[in-house]
Amino acid sequence: MEKYVLEMKNISKLFPGVKALDSVNLKVKPNQIHALVGENGAGKSTLMNVLSGVYPYGTYEGDIVVNGVTCKFKKIKDSEAKKIAIIHQELALIPTLSIAENVFLGNEQSNAGIIIDWHKTKLKTMEILKKVGLKESIDNRIKDIGMGKQQLVEIAKALAKDVKILILDEPTAALNDEDSDHLLDLLIELKKEGITSIIISHKLNEVTKVADEITVLRDGKIIETLSKGIDEISEKRIIKGMVGREITDRFPKREHKVGEICFEVKNWNAYDHMDESKHKLKDININTRVGEVVGIAGIMGAGRTELAMSIFGKAYGKKISGTILKNGKKLHLHNVKDAIDNGIAYTTEDRKTSGLNLIDDIKGNICIASLKSISKGIVIDANNEIKVAEEYRKKLGIKSPSILQKTGNLSGGNQQKVVFSKWIFSDPDILILDEPTRGIDVGAKYEIYSVINKLAEKGKTILMISSELPEILGMCDRIYVMNEGRIVGELNSSEASQESIMHCIMQSH
Amino acid sequence: MKKTNVLIKGNIRQYVMVIALAVVIILFQILTDGVLLKPLNISNLIAQNSYILILATGMLLCILTGGNIDLSVGSVAGFIGALSAIFIMKMDMPVLVAIILSLVVGVIIGMWHGFWIAYVGVPAFIATLAGMLLFRGLTLTALQGTSLAPMPDSYRFIASGFLPDIIGGPDGINVLAIVIGIVSSLAYVIGQLKIRIDKQKYNFEVTPLKVLIPKIIGIIVVVNAFTFSLASYRGIPMVLVIVSLLVIIYSYITTKTIPGRHIYAYGGNAKAARLSGVNTKRVMFWVYTNMGFLAAIAGIVFTGRLNSATPKAGVNFELDAIAACFIGGASTTGGVGTVIGAIVGGLLMGVLNNGMSIMGISIDWQQAIKGIVLLGAVAFDVYSKSKSK
Repeated sequence: MEKYVLEMKNISKLFPGVKALDSVNLKVKPNQIHALVGENGAGKSTLMNVLSGVYPYGTYEGDIVVNGVTCKFKKIKDSEAKKIAIIHQELALIPTLSIAENVFLGNEQSNAGIIIDWHKTKLKTMEILKKVGLKESIDNRIKDIGMGKQQLVEIAKALAKDVKILILDEPTAALNDEDSDHLLDLLIELKKEGITSIIISHKLNEVTKVADEITVLRDGKIIETLSKGIDEISEKRIIKGMVGREITDRFPKREHKVGEICFEVKNWNAYDHMDESKHKLKDININTRVGEVVGIAGIMGAGRTELAMSIFGKAYGKKISGTILKNGKKLHLHNVKDAIDNGIAYTTEDRKTSGLNLIDDIKGNICIASLKSISKGIVIDANNEIKVAEEYRKKLGIKSPSILQKTGNLSGGNQQKVVFSKWIFSDPDILILDEPTRGIDVGAKYEIYSVINKLAEKGKTILMISSELPEILGMCDRIYVMNEGRIVGELNSSEASQESIMHCIMQSH
Repeated sequence: MKKTNVLIKGNIRQYVMVIALAVVIILFQILTDGVLLKPLNISNLIAQNSYILILATGMLLCILTGGNIDLSVGSVAGFIGALSAIFIMKMDMPVLVAIILSLVVGVIIGMWHGFWIAYVGVPAFIATLAGMLLFRGLTLTALQGTSLAPMPDSYRFIASGFLPDIIGGPDGINVLAIVIGIVSSLAYVIGQLKIRIDKQKYNFEVTPLKVLIPKIIGIIVVVNAFTFSLASYRGIPMVLVIVSLLVIIYSYITTKTIPGRHIYAYGGNAKAARLSGVNTKRVMFWVYTNMGFLAAIAGIVFTGRLNSATPKAGVNFELDAIAACFIGGASTTGGVGTVIGAIVGGLLMGVLNNGMSIMGISIDWQQAIKGIVLLGAVAFDVYSKSKSK
């Protein structure tokens, strides 16, 4: 019999009205990277929350066996005692504390009692940082370091507790390619030191690259477990398991009808919101045509979001200079309302913190940017509002029992559809989409791409920011490459490739 | 059936508070041997709580913007009361002019707070704490430590007057009150019917009749019993007219208009609201400006009821108004709450106070019990939210 470091046997978990997990059996071999994949709502996170004690023993059915011992985790501390640590998508770091303080948070190093031994803390932190390959002063505060480094601090924090099983929920979702590679290399490195990793990920290219075993979940059930060297491991194969059918083309086809130049940004400069001495956007010149999908590629921190937001009614930046032309006419956009009134829409990169009002329902979120069009004077026509919301729910296929559902309770893909509904309803000519498919599953991505295509076919102009190069390459007619606040390249879809985009970025240094 | 359940679940807090209010009323009706609901006492209850209800209406808007509160309202109410008394007694202004001028000053004070909070970015807690100290100090200075009394009759009419019985009827019965009760019931029924017809026109789901009809009948019975009871005392108090109008207007603004929607959107997610074209600074500015206006009304009502302007007028009003909002289901993080809820919360505290006073329980105990009620209501809210997750 093979030995497993972890076995989850017949795990079932009920939520009111939904069976999130249905007799799931997960077996993880020691010193491996085990990937857990599936569409949103398939039960990946629920399963890991059961394992780590977020859902205590008794709220689910089945057994958890760690190294042959059946465990009953009542709280997270119990699972930590068994050397299991979970790193959530939303990092659990304190922004205002230093790296060293964060690494040993809740696990403070003391000689006696409650007095912290800072000497020991710092020495140990330095040791662990070296292990995870983070070159950063241990006294730097979390808020001053990038997302990629923060992710490494999270791992360092887990290592400080001497974990044997490391669970990572979407560890690379917010990272650029370089940081992602570093993180994945680190996991392979840790494998050699006897640490087993379980990663939940939507990025199938990464999964196929590093995972030794891949378990596919769909609708709360395990569909299959693929092992490297035994089964065929390919993105296509995994997607088939995830969605239950084969997606032949990840990007839907579009009828290209690109027209005249309709939107131009010229000599655009902006300085940092907080620090006016930081020149964030430098002499940017871009244009887009009617019915065109234009991509903006670049690594994190290139200034893409800042560019989009500064165009969108100066929602970002100080001392902004430059001109915006729409159909040859100069626009004066002083605030977001001006931008909306002039037919510009912007979907934010983070729908939860800045895209939606999560405590409001679908209806309220769809209408908030265009209340005037459903009102007489300042009085909102409630029935008209319902009609509009129902129309968009059908049109974009938002899956929910009703338009009165709170958006906080929707899955990522459906939330994004609500965001899209809101902006399509505002009837824009130019849509700036910032990471439109971040953190949503393959099926929902396809639906979002179809919506984008439909908009372009109708003659709208799409400016799409994305960190996923395949998406940019698959969707865009033309691609701008941005780096360090400048446009460093412009490529037509025929000449664009991952290599040519990276080439533009590297050359600009 | 499932839909109704969802509907009830979503509004459970409001229903619970209405039920709690009914329970408290019945309880004290029994404990006070029926004194609580005597016509005279009902009139009293309204007058006693009117200024808190007015303040709670404005406070709710502040809280909706993200759990921001206005600590200055008690001091501002006191200051405006003093100012109006000075206008009338020291400067010999006509009452109407004095009142209008006082309201204008209230609006300016609100703008003062709104300016610091919205455009300078001083946290609301600090800006209004400063306002609380500032206007208390100005009240003391203006009155030079003494009270101004008595107020003219026309001024007092606002707080303790009654709508005159212009219809006339048998002795001891105010027919106007009964008529108003009937007319408002009719208006309510017509309004409900109109909503229903509109919804049917669009083929939307409507509240099932078996739910709607008992609800309408219930409300008609309560309203008419209430106005009939008032009719058998001295009729409809002026303050009831003021409070009712304010409640109707602010309920309408918050639920049916664009500015109202902007307030909720701001409280729900300020960043998302801003990126949806909501002028968040302007929302904040007007919410606090409005609070100044309502604090001024409350100040005038209170001064009229007391029949004097005193340096201590309005002390701790802000706390009662804040408590009313939270008891009435407002969220401490903003974006959730209703004007009606705040009124129900205010009435709940008012009935507790009044009932305990009739029973002879000391004011010290009343304070303590109010504290427990506030804690219990919010704890229940937190608990039911964590359950529903």
